[in-house]
Amino acid sequence: MSTETIDLKTRLITDFHAREAVMNGEASSEFHQKKRAGLALFEQLGFPTIKHEEWKYSNVRDLISVSYDFNAESSIGLAELEDLKVPKQEANILYFVNGRYKAELSTIISPVEKITISALSEAYKNDPVKVASYFNELTKDANDAFTALNTAFTQDGVFIHIPDNQSVEHPIILRFVSDAREQNVGSQPRNIISVGKNAHVKLAEAFRTLGDQRSFTNSVTEIHVAEEANVQYYKVQNESENAYHVGTTQVRMLDGSHFYAGTVTLNGKFTRNNLNIVLDGEHCDAHMYGLYFPDGSQHVDNHTVADHQKPNSESNELYKGILRDKSKGVFNGKIFVRPDAQKTNAFQSCKNIVLSPDATMNTKPQLEIFADDVKCSHGTTTGQIDEEALFYMRSRGISQSEAMSLLMFAFCADVVQQIKIDSVREYLENVITQKLASK
Amino acid sequence: MLSINDLRASIEGKEILKGINLEVKPGEVHAIMGPNGSGKSTLASVLAGREEYEVTGGNVVFDGKEILEMAPEERAAEGIFLAFQYPVEIPGVTTINFLKTAVNEIRKYKGEAPLDAAQFLKMVREKAKLVSMNDSLLKRALNEGFSGGEKKRNEIFQMAVLEPKLAILDETDSGLDIDALRIVAEGVNSLRSPERSTIVVTHYQRLLDYIVPDYVHVLYKGRIVKSGPKELALELEEKGYDWIKAEVEAVG
Ligand SMILES: Nc1ncnc2c1ncn2[C@@H]1O[C@H](COP(=O)(O)OP(=O)(O)OP(=O)(O)O)[C@@H](O)[C@H]1O
Ligand SMILES: [Mg+2]
Repeated sequence: MSTETIDLKTRLITDFHAREAVMNGEASSEFHQKKRAGLALFEQLGFPTIKHEEWKYSNVRDLISVSYDFNAESSIGLAELEDLKVPKQEANILYFVNGRYKAELSTIISPVEKITISALSEAYKNDPVKVASYFNELTKDANDAFTALNTAFTQDGVFIHIPDNQSVEHPIILRFVSDAREQNVGSQPRNIISVGKNAHVKLAEAFRTLGDQRSFTNSVTEIHVAEEANVQYYKVQNESENAYHVGTTQVRMLDGSHFYAGTVTLNGKFTRNNLNIVLDGEHCDAHMYGLYFPDGSQHVDNHTVADHQKPNSESNELYKGILRDKSKGVFNGKIFVRPDAQKTNAFQSCKNIVLSPDATMNTKPQLEIFADDVKCSHGTTTGQIDEEALFYMRSRGISQSEAMSLLMFAFCADVVQQIKIDSVREYLENVITQKLASK
Repeated sequence: MLSINDLRASIEGKEILKGINLEVKPGEVHAIMGPNGSGKSTLASVLAGREEYEVTGGNVVFDGKEILEMAPEERAAEGIFLAFQYPVEIPGVTTINFLKTAVNEIRKYKGEAPLDAAQFLKMVREKAKLVSMNDSLLKRALNEGFSGGEKKRNEIFQMAVLEPKLAILDETDSGLDIDALRIVAEGVNSLRSPERSTIVVTHYQRLLDYIVPDYVHVLYKGRIVKSGPKELALELEEKGYDWIKAEVEAVG
């Protein structure tokens, strides 16, 4: 093996040890021990191949075939960031460039008693014990190479805390920008969000790429949802034709809490989203909505988990996709109902429109139910556009292409309507309209 | 206005229309009757441009233009309207939004500027009144969960908005209660003019009491086997189709 072709795994491991060697006392901290454990797990697992059950339809060979600069500096300023055309809204806007939180570019308008937002490193400096205990707490059992890799290489994401009983009226929008104008860039942000009892908050994570070199994002977000809290969380990906994205959102819900997730993949070469929700309380409800529009040779994979651990809770899931050209879609939805989780209601549905004979969609609902008094249902459909509806519209003078766009927009509408941050929803409506009209 | 000459059409290799001839002049109302499965809806669909049917012979000239090569939306823009026997439910698209798109696409085809929201709403309100169409239905998804009668009324409402030159009503009377039948028929009549023509497909005389036809045709096994004045419909109502079938069989 020539030095040219040292694989990404080896490169990353070497890099880790090199950095560790120049650390001082910090190397013995609990935080670093967790990172080191992450590395060990990554080393053991390696990047998954399609032989791995969870990666059967998603091949990362292409993703790991090149190297990325995980420490790329970017000169990008606020003017360029604001230029990324997102509707204006009064909101807390947090910018991340190449995976690192940029406090100086960010705007926080909600008062400190309602919310504290700081870079993970800052938060750790201020309260090492607390932050170290939160770090990787929810993902500690994840037997996943990418999550382990993120743990080992965690970059400076944010730590967000919303105290008990606070209702944050302005949404918190996390904008991740990969600056791939000069080189292949990698980023591995880790965000920890802790929502206190009976607190209310709306969050969005938005991913963009600048430039057309490759970008590789490996993000992990851990969300703690305390009793009676209400959290709306949206993830929007509108990245480049050369963007590779693997992301995990890990959620733990306690008694009486409500969690809404909306995951929308507008663009990107390769996308894998893991959304794992543990309903670790009674009378919780979790809602998962998803939308994806791959075209060309794009690949979008959504893996979701609703893990019911306690009785009397509900999960409800609806994913929809429109696939064109030679694109591929994957949906894998797991519902676990643990032995204690009697009186669980769990619903799941995945609907797809496949517009080209060369596009494929793999759907796999996976229900593992260990309690007897439960209501679960799941269903998937994959079909073409409704020809009857198309003819009906055309017979009224609507052109074929316009009729198609209307029908497809209507198909997406029930998911789009679930997005409760106005600027994000409007942004989606605009981009989706353009996307659907473009062919 | 409409001239159908020896029109033949088949589906899945089975010939359904076996040489239809029909002349409709401006301002005329033609009723088409005939037993179930004789090809009435097929004829209506072929005229509107449904692509599943393969036209195997003949031609159709509308307003001086050959239409069989035209896309359904072009025919609509040229002024052909089909009120469906079974209107389609379209979740997620409101009736009002659907119609606005239709109106403006047709205007674009004709080189006219689109109607703005206010102009459109004003026009739609007037037309809705014409067929006593409830405002709340307009805001709902197109035909989704509409009752059978509401769907039929919605067809006539759309016709009123689009003001076609040729309206083809495929069993618009079925599923309507007596009051609705009268309202729908009045809606159709109010659009009648010396330039507009109507083809009414129906099984029953009661619609023809309101929309009085100039001619009545009987379609049987893919052919028009009998044509006559409006009294023919009354005769059919009284005697059924057996005598006509017998006449056809006798000729061979
Ligand atoms: N899509 C199709 N596939 C196969 N056969 C069809 C199709 N559409 C129509 N047919 C057949 O064509 C014939 C004519 O049907 P059509 O619907 O035109 O009859 P109709 O005169 O409108 O009858 P009705 O009075 O019951 O509405 C029937 O035998 C029907 O089964
Ligand atoms: Mg019929």
